[in-house]
Amino acid sequence: MADAAGAEKPQTIHPLFIRVTHWVNAFAIFVMVLSGWRIYNASPLFGFEFPPGFTLGGWLAGALAWHFAAMWLLALNGMAYLAYGIVSGHFRRDFFPISFKRALNDVVLAGRGRLDHAPGRYNAAQRLLYVGVILAVIVAIFSGLAIWKPVQLQGLTALMGGYDVARLVHFFAMAAIVAFLVVHIALAVGVKGVLAPMFTGRAEAPR
Amino acid sequence: MKPSRLSAFGSKVARLERRSFIKQSLSLGALSLLSGCTLKDDDAVDRLLSAMSRFNDKMQAALFDPTKLAPTYSEADLTTPFPFNAYYEEKDVPFVDGESYRLQLSGLIADKRPWCLEELRALPQSSQITRLVCVEGWSAIGKWRGVAFRHFLERIGADLTARYVGFRCADKYYSSIDMPSALHPQTLLALDFTDAKYGYPLRLRIPTKLGFKNPKFIHEIFVTNDYPGGYWEDKGYNWFSGS
Repeated sequence: MADAAGAEKPQTIHPLFIRVTHWVNAFAIFVMVLSGWRIYNASPLFGFEFPPGFTLGGWLAGALAWHFAAMWLLALNGMAYLAYGIVSGHFRRDFFPISFKRALNDVVLAGRGRLDHAPGRYNAAQRLLYVGVILAVIVAIFSGLAIWKPVQLQGLTALMGGYDVARLVHFFAMAAIVAFLVVHIALAVGVKGVLAPMFTGRAEAPR
Repeated sequence: MKPSRLSAFGSKVARLERRSFIKQSLSLGALSLLSGCTLKDDDAVDRLLSAMSRFNDKMQAALFDPTKLAPTYSEADLTTPFPFNAYYEEKDVPFVDGESYRLQLSGLIADKRPWCLEELRALPQSSQITRLVCVEGWSAIGKWRGVAFRHFLERIGADLTARYVGFRCADKYYSSIDMPSALHPQTLLALDFTDAKYGYPLRLRIPTKLGFKNPKFIHEIFVTNDYPGGYWEDKGYNWFSGS
């Protein structure tokens, strides 16, 4: 694995394992969120429904079929990603330390267009967002299990504050993931040269 | 009921009537994002999702703990009014005459003699206050009283090693459950509940499964090893649907 420091030739900034799990995860999250919106519409928690055209499944049974199929992909791929991140040192090396103050500082710099983006290194705002969305997905999975199995996994459901609260937790975990995606996709598309390496693994020549 | 709600209900029924749920499952918004997948894959996706649903049946059966009890609640927690829910509207509930009612039995059962309500009431009764969770996501806490289903199955000499117990109802609804869930200590053949519209004279109360696995207005119970399906299950809902 290439280190951020040695940069004579194109360096591998995203290892193959990370690239594969990233795109599998992207597909699984896409299916979970859009089918989840259709399931939400069957019994809305709040005074709105998601536009049916932006949901997956066609009707409740179809949406549930997608949701309960893709959950395995999300969970298994997620566990593989977490295991890799811990064992390889990727998390320790690239995500920590996390500083709210520096993250805020980076956001201000980015707003002024003065934030340097070094290939292969996460700035403080990225670190906070990536760790945050990983935690949001974990909360979404556990609150989802609490809703799915309030009898067999009643300890987990109680931990979530009961069945009704678990539904709210599940909703807001989704909302956090979607909020992350809005920022993440906008930056991935908008910032020059960061999208291609997620496919090829290689950083473009330093500018 | 207001006209606007009626028409909304009509369109909902039309939606629910769709048999091949995958044909409609890729809505346009999602489809445009799934560019690269051709619509010809519909059948393959359909098969994949069905296979995953059968896989989830197996996983849920493995996760099912026959001794784990559903949480129970107090009278103060009861949801009032308890929401009515069926594939038809409340005004269309069937009328069943309790005097002439006979519960029919068929399939792998030793004593298929029909039961009248008095005979069912003469069996030991127990009650429970549990949460009914609908597949739509909402839930409600209710109180039910009746015969422990396990006791009834033993009493009629049902083959307890058979795979399925099926139900046919006066409202043309039908469903089926796995034998281990049927034998769970909280599975109840309920005779007493809030109101007749919730299934008079006999309904199943099974707190270890979703609401649609709790058939109302039961007039026949059968035991079988052949997969019996169900009203919603045959339309694409997961069969096991355990809680």
